[in-house]
Amino acid sequence: METANSEPKTNYLNADYGIKSWLLTTDHKRIALLYLISITLFFFLGGFFAMLIRLELLTPAGDLVLADTYNKLFTMHGVVMIFLFLLPAVPAVFGNFLVPMMIGAKDLAFPKLNLASWYIFIIGACFILYAVVTGGLDTGWTFYTPYSTTYSNSNVVAAALGVFITGFSSIFTGLNILVTVHRMRAPGLTWRRLPLFIWAHYATSVIMVLGTPVLAITIVLVALERLFHFGIFDARMGGDPLLFQHLFWFYSHPAVYIMILPAMGVISEIIACFSRKRVFGYDFVAMSSIAIAVLGFLVWAHHMYVAGISTYAAMIFSMLTFFVAIPSAVKVFNWTATLYKGSITFETPMLYVFAFIGLFTIGGLTGVFLASVGIDLHVTDTYFVVAHFHYVMVGGTVTAFMGALHFWWPKITGKMYPESFAKLSAVLVFLGFNLTFFPQFLLGYMGMPRRYHAYPAEFQVLNVLSTAGASILAVGFLLPMVYFVWSLQYGKDAGPNPYNAAGLEWQTASPPTTFNFEETPVVTWEAYNYDEIDAPNKGVEVAG
Amino acid sequence: MAGHAHPTVKTFVAVWAALLVLTALTVGVATLNLGPFNPIVALAIATTKALLVLLFFMELRYSTALTKISVVAAVFFLMLLVGLTLSDYLTRGWSSYINPFR
Amino acid sequence: MPDSELAVHNLKHHFADLEQQKATSTFGMWIFLVTEIMFFGGAFATYLIYRLSYYNAWVAGSQTMEIELGAVNTVVLICSSLTMVMSVHFAKLGNRKLTAIFLLLTLLLGFGFLGIKAVEYHGHWVHHEVPGPNFHFEHQGNYDPRQVMIFFSLYFAMTGMHALHMVIGAGLLTWLLIANARGRFTPEYNSPVEMVGLYWHFVDLVWIYLFPLLYLISHHHNG
Repeated sequence: METANSEPKTNYLNADYGIKSWLLTTDHKRIALLYLISITLFFFLGGFFAMLIRLELLTPAGDLVLADTYNKLFTMHGVVMIFLFLLPAVPAVFGNFLVPMMIGAKDLAFPKLNLASWYIFIIGACFILYAVVTGGLDTGWTFYTPYSTTYSNSNVVAAALGVFITGFSSIFTGLNILVTVHRMRAPGLTWRRLPLFIWAHYATSVIMVLGTPVLAITIVLVALERLFHFGIFDARMGGDPLLFQHLFWFYSHPAVYIMILPAMGVISEIIACFSRKRVFGYDFVAMSSIAIAVLGFLVWAHHMYVAGISTYAAMIFSMLTFFVAIPSAVKVFNWTATLYKGSITFETPMLYVFAFIGLFTIGGLTGVFLASVGIDLHVTDTYFVVAHFHYVMVGGTVTAFMGALHFWWPKITGKMYPESFAKLSAVLVFLGFNLTFFPQFLLGYMGMPRRYHAYPAEFQVLNVLSTAGASILAVGFLLPMVYFVWSLQYGKDAGPNPYNAAGLEWQTASPPTTFNFEETPVVTWEAYNYDEIDAPNKGVEVAG
Repeated sequence: MAGHAHPTVKTFVAVWAALLVLTALTVGVATLNLGPFNPIVALAIATTKALLVLLFFMELRYSTALTKISVVAAVFFLMLLVGLTLSDYLTRGWSSYINPFR
Repeated sequence: MPDSELAVHNLKHHFADLEQQKATSTFGMWIFLVTEIMFFGGAFATYLIYRLSYYNAWVAGSQTMEIELGAVNTVVLICSSLTMVMSVHFAKLGNRKLTAIFLLLTLLLGFGFLGIKAVEYHGHWVHHEVPGPNFHFEHQGNYDPRQVMIFFSLYFAMTGMHALHMVIGAGLLTWLLIANARGRFTPEYNSPVEMVGLYWHFVDLVWIYLFPLLYLISHHHNG
């Protein structure tokens, strides 16, 4: 991409050369690319563990790996995917790249902190990878005590330290975005003119800032306990393991919203562009992000219904969990209403949006099932739960991530991806995903427990389907790797605004220059002014 | 931020003196047996001291509404953590026939 | 360097002016303090829940604390907050000498606090009150001594985290002293002093709650 001869202007990619100019950069766009490369590697590492899990489950007997190894496989799949991929995926890559541009700023508020957050992320990742290569980790991604503090023989301290450190990277990203949105908006860009992507990232940042520190202190206590046998979470010594679960889920449930909220922001941007309409009910979609961020902090103990919390607390948390479905539904209904009478086209990002809306709806609704105590008692720790959160995390977040990657790839690299291959891979991802995870709903409802490497023979047919789906999914994720790299060299030049999209980021060059804008833009229009952009003779400058 | 009032050295010394007095007071009260009021009084004094530090030493009094809201939000979410966790701990005894752990 | 040139030098490229830059860094620092509130808050929540569950053991553990040392340390910290606020004040006035003197006083008081804390820790060590295999607690009353160990676990975790913040603060003060000696701060540009000041006061604030919770509130209750 550094030999883009057809683009004589300097941009952020060719402004400076050499590895040092990347490793010491404070340009938010370059840091976003550093994140993109790192999390892509971690995605495929986590995917590798997933494939081993699916291969083991191809047959009822535990014949591929030992039970112990299997415990490590699903733990490392979870830890790598959650802490090293899903949490930073959208905010640290697309948030980093787009937030300053969408609000007409030259950079995030604290560029050095931004770079530091990437290094902190990498250091944390090194600790986790160290735990992976020195015998793995077998506690499950949740580090439940007292197993993690007393009984596990795997490298808990290194992994926990890794999670602790990556947490700081997350805090700094959130802090940076929060302050940037408050302090760095271009003149005229009022709160109600902000793209919904910004609202989503603002809400996400609030969760990162308020939730992550609680995980940090919890991990400190776990590490102290494991190293010095403090007994805070060990029932044998008078401690209370449930307290760990309370503290852990106080962060880790809102963390689910750290993963899904920015993805929802992506959906709002793409759906408006390919429906050529303003997002229906802008205010409600914006406020639902904030509502999800706040309500998300009130529901954590629905992970603990069967753990021994009081019945009354379970009832309270069950009810609060139902409430969080409201703002999520507000979003889905408003996106659907946006499509109504829109001029819909089916470019690849839009295919991912359709996949997202369907899959997230299934994931969200099964979440409502799980929120009610009675059903949860039946399906706790079964594949029903596994299918539910994969519908949200993969069907939701990863799908939106892929949509975002295609949508903003022209902006990031200045090159178009090949449309037909991209459509093929989007279809493969959608089909493969459903084939992988829908059978798991059935398996869970029939009572197949999660986290076992062997299972009764009657579950085999559905497990074979699931593994077959996983192979298709793998192809669907590997194919974009090929054509994205291909497009760097051979892709068509995108031009500044290939989709004729609204939003300040499309008014910059593709790829943008280091400081994004020649001069700070003055915003006089509302977000998603597609009616003005598409109006033939109104001559609005926004259309570029 | 320019142009707003700033506390003077005199204010700082007065706040410092108040903090010292309150420290003496809280230590003094601890030697009295007030039953359930010992923790309440101690926490009330601590909160007064904390407010003095926040408002004057940290100049929160002279800060933007945004900053004030941020601090209040943190305290609010901390209360949610404590309150909702207590909703479990305080009600566990109510249903001992259901809860196998009691 | 004349003041105007210094001002340009201190303005980062992505800000419109020094005022926006200062407002931004102040807000960023407060958001960082918000994360600190939640960090220590998690520990305080743990403390509260165990105090409710193991009240008698909590009283017994709390009564072993040396109130005198805790009180002296509180006074030391409050004084260091005053000297810190004075150094910020003089940094804003551009008085390098007084800024340096008060920064140095703050640093010394910080070391004083850590020294007294070390004396206390040593006492706990001698009395076998450090959690672990050597833990031993002569207990009278209706509680399990292992619950007292949890009290001490949280005591060490919370005061240890607080002390770690003090050490980091001492590092920051040293950095400020060097930067101040090099004339980095002017009446227009002094946010680093102010930011470290906010941090230092926050650490003081945590101790303002730790002191009564750990030392005082169970002083007169029966175990």
